[in-house]
Amino acid sequence: MTLLDIFTRLEEMWIGEAIRTSYWLFPFIEAIHLVGLALLGGTVLVVDFRLLGITLRSQSMQVVLRNTRPYFLLALGTMFATGIPLALSEMIKLYYNFSWWVKVSALGLAILFTFLVRDPLVRRGEAPRMAMGCIALVSLALWFTVAGAGRWIGFS
Amino acid sequence: MSLRWFADWLDTHAWSTALHESFYMYPLIETTHVLALTLFVGTLLVVDLRMLGFAFRLTPISTVSNSVLPWTVVGFVIMFTTGLLLFYAIPVRTYHSIWFRIKIIMIVLAAINALHYHFRISKNQVLWDAAPKPPRSVRLTAAGSVVAWVIVIFTGRMIAYNWFDCDRPQPDWVIAVAGCVIDEVATL
Repeated sequence: MTLLDIFTRLEEMWIGEAIRTSYWLFPFIEAIHLVGLALLGGTVLVVDFRLLGITLRSQSMQVVLRNTRPYFLLALGTMFATGIPLALSEMIKLYYNFSWWVKVSALGLAILFTFLVRDPLVRRGEAPRMAMGCIALVSLALWFTVAGAGRWIGFS
Repeated sequence: MSLRWFADWLDTHAWSTALHESFYMYPLIETTHVLALTLFVGTLLVVDLRMLGFAFRLTPISTVSNSVLPWTVVGFVIMFTTGLLLFYAIPVRTYHSIWFRIKIIMIVLAAINALHYHFRISKNQVLWDAAPKPPRSVRLTAAGSVVAWVIVIFTGRMIAYNWFDCDRPQPDWVIAVAGCVIDEVATL
């Protein structure tokens, strides 16, 4: 069974079928995906900007992370809950879509980096400021790639 | 001089057509418009969450807003600029778009809500600036902001779909709301 076979099977599932046959479902889910993007991006930006020292400097990195974290997780959950059905409705197109592969690769890296590198380092709070700034730039670059490549799926 | 006349005039510009048909510029501008949502609506949501008493409860509202809102403004400027360019590229269709019309109304309502907060509600901010859960009026304003911008995102995304376009057969209410010019409407 090739990867393309798996993608074909996934596209044939009822959920993708339901979205394809509906007039409104795809745009509706897409719009929720965009609202999730706003919240996800907002929470990522506020934390990374704090690490760069360009917002909320009077608050510790830990305070900023702790206060935005529930909404980051909520946004990430929303993105998966809407993104997976959207993908299931057009798996074969995505198989041949370079932007989509860039997006999911960057997404995997961004999630790993956020949960295994950035957030643990912020919580420990021992890394030098320069290092935290670099961490923030990597995080921003990864999430920016996810969002940019995501939008580009529709153009390519 | 009507707004439609203005849209028609924009449509005659060579640059408008060039932008609409360009292979990279239009997608790049649209991508910038979408990604700026994170900077504009995303950071605004963080401030709204503070005003709702959901996040940064131990940090004064003014600390969060003074520090985060400048970024929101940067995001707004990017969205507004790219939005104007997107309108310039497809002026007539966008002018008639029902979704675009709702979107503009919601942006105006969101602006009124923000001004109302700025000039009225925040007058006695010292009294509740540090409150983990601000007064009802403050929370209502924040909730209004969230609802308005979510609708703006929804309707903004829908502009891309042609369900209610004037060049397709439409029921009377669509023709009325979209302001379709009867001679141009596809006949049923």
